[in-house]
Amino acid sequence: MKERLIEKGLLIVALSALGSLLLIAVFIFAEGMPLIVKTGFKEFIASTRWAPTKGSFGILPMIIGSLQVTLLSLILGGSLGLACTMFLAEFAPRWAVRILKPLIELLAGIPSVVYGFIGVVVLVPWIRNTFGGPGFSILAASIILGIMILPTVIAISLDALNTVPLTYKEGSLALGATRWQTLYRLLFPAARSGIIASLILAMGRAIGETMAVIMVAGNALLISASPLAPVRTLTSNIALEMGYAAGDHQRALFATGVVLFIIIAILNTIALLTMRKKR
Amino acid sequence: MLTHLARILTLFHSIALLFAGCRHSTQTTLTIAGSTSVQPFAELLAELYSQMHPGVEINVQGGGSTAGIRAVQNHICDIGMCSRHLNPEENNITAITIALDGIALIVHRSNPVENITLEQAKAIFSGKIRNWQELGGENRTITVITREEGSGTRASFEEKVMGEGHFAPDALVQDSNGAVREIVANDPAAIGYISFGLIDERVKPLALNSIIPSEKTIKDHTYPLARQFLFLTCGEPTPLARSFLDFALSPKAQGALAEEGLIRVK
Repeated sequence: MKERLIEKGLLIVALSALGSLLLIAVFIFAEGMPLIVKTGFKEFIASTRWAPTKGSFGILPMIIGSLQVTLLSLILGGSLGLACTMFLAEFAPRWAVRILKPLIELLAGIPSVVYGFIGVVVLVPWIRNTFGGPGFSILAASIILGIMILPTVIAISLDALNTVPLTYKEGSLALGATRWQTLYRLLFPAARSGIIASLILAMGRAIGETMAVIMVAGNALLISASPLAPVRTLTSNIALEMGYAAGDHQRALFATGVVLFIIIAILNTIALLTMRKKR
Repeated sequence: MLTHLARILTLFHSIALLFAGCRHSTQTTLTIAGSTSVQPFAELLAELYSQMHPGVEINVQGGGSTAGIRAVQNHICDIGMCSRHLNPEENNITAITIALDGIALIVHRSNPVENITLEQAKAIFSGKIRNWQELGGENRTITVITREEGSGTRASFEEKVMGEGHFAPDALVQDSNGAVREIVANDPAAIGYISFGLIDERVKPLALNSIIPSEKTIKDHTYPLARQFLFLTCGEPTPLARSFLDFALSPKAQGALAEEGLIRVK
């Protein structure tokens, strides 16, 4: 009896988590869809002109900006994070791991506004003086985000590597493979799903981050291939204009949220599918 | 479709009547709506007023100057907020100027350019002039900074400078006067616009059409980007609205507005 009660109780709690997700989704869609329908879905995501107080609702620059910033931050943060993981898993002495791992996890606890502030004060002037341009750029946002996703990448991929049975490694080393060969040819493939999962979670963090990005990305409505160009991401667009938006403008911001929602769903699905295929 | 519209209109009408009906008993709620430029200052005044008169609730809503004028004409709100001149046909409204403001163009202190024309300002912000050299400055690409869509300062700047022109797509967008000032203070190639009262020693205001923004040039309207913040009423204001309007012109309120960077009228 008590067993069943606990089971049911846990079920209800679990469902309430799902319920809040559902509520948020329903709310965003209910607020945003009317405007998307009014503007036309194609026009909304393919037009480059965003002037919501004058009746132009095109979010293509923000979609591209979000993807550029997310991709570059994954390249920077992902490679740095995986290198760090390899070092911690195989090459670092035990005392170094004991110091480094908690320090890296501490990175996750720093509020994003602090990252943004450091970006504005240190990184942006550095980019401006070194490479030219305004400094507020895809590059600045990607570097900041790359650092912000490090703890996610490292913690999860390190756990994945550590769950690979020790016998694999012992066998490989006994056959005369070097540590690097063992790591690269055996441990990494064996832990692949966990490593991909860490990158997916990192991607979710990168595409969803708002505060730090608003502070360093420049928020221009520009489509540019140059990493030194300022861009606006979907999340920045919502937070930037939320303050005084009313009427259709406000609905357009919810509609931006709808598109963000769809993009994240698509990216997660692709990631899950590739994970399954390669297994 | 039409009957739907009619029904909605009747609904609005009855709601408006309901509000009007409430108004004559001892009123404790005051609704203020309109210009988003005035909104933060009205909120400040509302806060001060509520501290002095506990029990009074003041709702301050945005929507823009035009919406504020319509709302006060239709008695949807008690006081309207407006940051532009009233059109001649909007003559059934009583306007009280609560403060003056100027929008100043600011550049880095090291920038040798002192003065530009309104046409040049428009060309800079729409991306037609891209280098300071064209304005007699150093050979640097101009970093243009504008405000976010929906900001009252941006709306005034668009109205007075940009006209039908669009902002350059590569213009940086920041969501506060302070953020714009911060970038300009650090970037030798930057230009932005902020409220006159928020200029500090780290940035340099430009003269426009050879007129330097100052309290004097804004007060006598010779500075091209001067604007006035208005509170509007239509017909006889309610006692509570009257009391709030009197408060807005009191030394305490005027002092608070001046502290926020506006130019006092009293």
